[in-house]
Amino acid sequence: MTAPVLHCIRDHHFWLSPERVLYWEEEKTLILSDLHFGKTGHFRKSGIAVPQSIYQQDLQRLFHQISFFNPEKILIVGDFFHSIENKEMDFFLKWRNDLSALPMILVKGNHDILQKEWYRNASVDIVEQFQLNSFLFIHDNTGTTQSEDVFVFSGHLHPGCIIRGAGKQSLRFPCFYFTEQQAILPAFSHFSGLTIVQAKKNDHVFAIVNQSIIKIQ
Amino acid sequence: MKSKITEGQFVIEQWLSGKGFSPFAFQLEAWNQIQKGDSGLINAPTGCGKTFSIFLGSIIQFINDHPHDYRSRKNNGLQLLWVTPLRALAKDIGRAMEEVIAALNMSWRIGIRNGDTDTAERQKQKRNMPEVLIITPESLHLLLAQKGYPELFNCLRIVAVDEWHELLGGKRGVLVELAISRLAGIAKINNRPLSVWGISATIGNLEEAKEVLLSPIRQNGVIIRAQIDKQIEIKSIIPDEIEKYPWAGHLGIKLAEKIIPIIEASNTTLIFINTRGMTETWYQTILSIAPHLAGAIALHHGSIEQELRQWVEDALHTQKLKAVVCTASLDLGVDFRPVDTVIQVGSPKGVARFLQRAGRSGHQPGEMSRIYFLPTHSLELVEAVALKTAIEKNVIEKREPVLLAYDVLLQYLCTLAISEGFRADEMLKEIKDTHCFADMQDQEWQDVLLHITQGGTALQQYDEYRKVEIKDGIYKITNRRIAMRHRMHIGTIVSDAMLKVKLMNGKFIGVIEEWFISRLEPGSVFTLAGRNLELIGIKEMTVTVKPSSSKKSIVPSWMGGRMPLTANLGLMLRKTFDHALGKKTKEPELLALTPLFELQKSLSHIPKENELLIEHIETKDGFHVFVYPFEGRLVHEAMAALLAWRMSKILPITFSFVMNDYGFELLSDQPIPLDDSNVTELFSTENLLNDITQSVNSMEMAKRKFRDISVIGGLVFQGYPGEQKKARHLQSSASLLFKVFSDYEPNNLLLRQAYQEVFDQQMEEVRLRNTLTRIINGKIVIRFPNRLTPFCFPIKVDSMRENMSSEQLEDRVRRMQQQLL
Repeated sequence: MTAPVLHCIRDHHFWLSPERVLYWEEEKTLILSDLHFGKTGHFRKSGIAVPQSIYQQDLQRLFHQISFFNPEKILIVGDFFHSIENKEMDFFLKWRNDLSALPMILVKGNHDILQKEWYRNASVDIVEQFQLNSFLFIHDNTGTTQSEDVFVFSGHLHPGCIIRGAGKQSLRFPCFYFTEQQAILPAFSHFSGLTIVQAKKNDHVFAIVNQSIIKIQ
Repeated sequence: MKSKITEGQFVIEQWLSGKGFSPFAFQLEAWNQIQKGDSGLINAPTGCGKTFSIFLGSIIQFINDHPHDYRSRKNNGLQLLWVTPLRALAKDIGRAMEEVIAALNMSWRIGIRNGDTDTAERQKQKRNMPEVLIITPESLHLLLAQKGYPELFNCLRIVAVDEWHELLGGKRGVLVELAISRLAGIAKINNRPLSVWGISATIGNLEEAKEVLLSPIRQNGVIIRAQIDKQIEIKSIIPDEIEKYPWAGHLGIKLAEKIIPIIEASNTTLIFINTRGMTETWYQTILSIAPHLAGAIALHHGSIEQELRQWVEDALHTQKLKAVVCTASLDLGVDFRPVDTVIQVGSPKGVARFLQRAGRSGHQPGEMSRIYFLPTHSLELVEAVALKTAIEKNVIEKREPVLLAYDVLLQYLCTLAISEGFRADEMLKEIKDTHCFADMQDQEWQDVLLHITQGGTALQQYDEYRKVEIKDGIYKITNRRIAMRHRMHIGTIVSDAMLKVKLMNGKFIGVIEEWFISRLEPGSVFTLAGRNLELIGIKEMTVTVKPSSSKKSIVPSWMGGRMPLTANLGLMLRKTFDHALGKKTKEPELLALTPLFELQKSLSHIPKENELLIEHIETKDGFHVFVYPFEGRLVHEAMAALLAWRMSKILPITFSFVMNDYGFELLSDQPIPLDDSNVTELFSTENLLNDITQSVNSMEMAKRKFRDISVIGGLVFQGYPGEQKKARHLQSSASLLFKVFSDYEPNNLLLRQAYQEVFDQQMEEVRLRNTLTRIINGKIVIRFPNRLTPFCFPIKVDSMRENMSSEQLEDRVRRMQQQLL
């Protein structure tokens, strides 16, 4: 992994990691979205043989990011778990036990449909939305209107960008996407597709290219 | 030959002569072989009694066995299983058979089984099988998914496979091979003989076609040819003024006016267009230049609602239509007697297909088939000449059977697992009897079994993979939900997700590919089934539209149906260029092209048969290299990737490339290092396999192949009615799956198959190797024209663009950004 890239929003410092997480320096918080844990298990339970090592490596990547940034808390902007309970979640619980002191806040996403009891047991605080200073965190920011004072972080879209060059070349990558008012986080899970975002003039787009972050605009 | 004919044959010949007919020689021979219990392949064009050669043979056999009470015997169980590739054919064949049964006063029943058969009828068939069942390969597999299916086939004597040449080259052919291997297995247990008969149009490898079909019953069989000579007249429609630059696809429509007199002078005309998208454009164009034909012309293609297609077919039979604009959807099937003229728009891409289409007109014995060829760009006129020569010399393509299609095998094993289950060792024997899996290695069979029972790599204690379970050595699917999902899945040998298009009142208009509709915004207007429609919205798998009076609309282009030029036609084409501008040329097509050839010659060069032309051209887009091997799009794609890869080893460079059936173009933002000094090296066959494997492009091609494979192999689940909500968390795209398998399970069976298919079918490795050898042994001519040439234009406008790069991804992105600044 190459070094994280700094991006400032309203005088706060956010570090962008190519492992698809954000680190908020002032609040010592690791921010990520759309982990879809248990997705491979859900597929396999239905007889669709996707490799389970995707999940294993997603967990390992998260672990590495936590040891790298050493955050005081973790904020997940929705779609932590993919669907109803399956055994893969036990694997998460085992791992959660080793980090039991680390607070985890989950902003509820459309995939987060487990029982309240389950989240309590996993020491995950589940909330509809989360606000700190003038920063608001919600899972899906499409079609909502927020006051101009707040800056919104969301996920849900799995944003991606297309880079075009001479000779009609084009490439697609997952990306961090920032406008004046909001940020859309890339999906953390490697078992996820992309929605191409149409960036406007003053927006910032950071493509995740292999192990690097490249600022596109 | 027997001196005395059997009772059954006597009855049939009596009945025929009562109608004033006598059997054709090939029918007599088929009856003879059937009575001997032999198997084989009948080679006969449509409309000459091929159905009767086998069906009456089956009846003769029955009469011989029951000479005294053949009329009154009822409920004899299934005698003849008739496999047909097209649902639409079933009804007409069934009707013809029923007429015979009625005329002979017999009590046989004829059943039809396909997607349209209702549940009550299916139940009835299950309790009491008709003597003849007409079925599609997919529905046959659905029968194998029923509990107790072996009993249905206890009395079966003959399996007939109609239009085998159509099935042979694709995965539906594998469905047929596997089904026959199972039926042969059942017959063996019952200790009864089983005959297998195929019916095929003329193809280059009839002998092989027969071997593939009969492989599961381990018989050699015979080929019976119907000696029916057919006169074919081919005429090209030549534009009055040859445009100097032949833009792909544009010239065709300009010639639309020329076909109006042809339509008017004919009884009924079929107009074959290569892509569904263009049929819509042609239909509109014909109507606007000849409004008086409104009501007398119709549209027919695979995306149109079934009911409408049926109406068109009926109207064709009853001569209510002057012309039908159609795609390959009318290639097959029963004959429409009123049709006396066929117009082929654009290249038919192969000799066999052109012949088949020509044969759609004038089928009465002795009548001439008339086909007009309408070029969509000027160079296609050369193809017309090549086609004529090929037909004259009887050079017809092969249909290569599919090998080791693991996706189909996985589907088949799950099918058996939901009905009766299977034992691995017994099943392996049956499967290895098929031509498709004869060379399967033990390791691969173990991989297949592991895939359906354990689902590849997993985190043991945290895994709940469930599909096929082994109980007492029998492989079975016990979970009802998984079984139901699999049943919905059988026979989905389709590529792209298709969405239904409906009006707001719910009226169904047709289907459309997802990728096309996803590019449109609500309010956009597009054309489908000859109507302009405004997009209102997309919900789940349905597109809601309303009629639009807008003049401007987008015509959808469908991905399917883009056939590459065959090797035969390619060779003929190169030979034809030999004669261009020759003094002895008499072909009207070549004479008409003289101005174009002269321009090509003055700017660049016209390649002779043993020459390869390469053109370097610089434009504001960048540096282009055009190469013209005339070997078809697929070979060109592989060759472009290969050249790009080899050149990128010389220096870091990124190419994008396009190809059509004549040649390909490499485009780069830097000068391209291809000249006389290295050209032989670049086209060498040395390290060929290694170099194509390493080209980035094989991954792109495999990704496309994987779309089909993942659907057939059961990885992409397309949802089923009434359960959309619950299935939502199971949705993923083939491209995402391709990515995760490549990253996390590169050894996956289906992923390997995707690459294998790329080598065998897409790159046609053998053909690529032959082409390179031909090029190296011939002469390579490199030219530097100062502007675009007539040859390169059709390639230039093609849109199938691929990328190839030897640069680091990160570097590439940075450089692309700099260029944009």
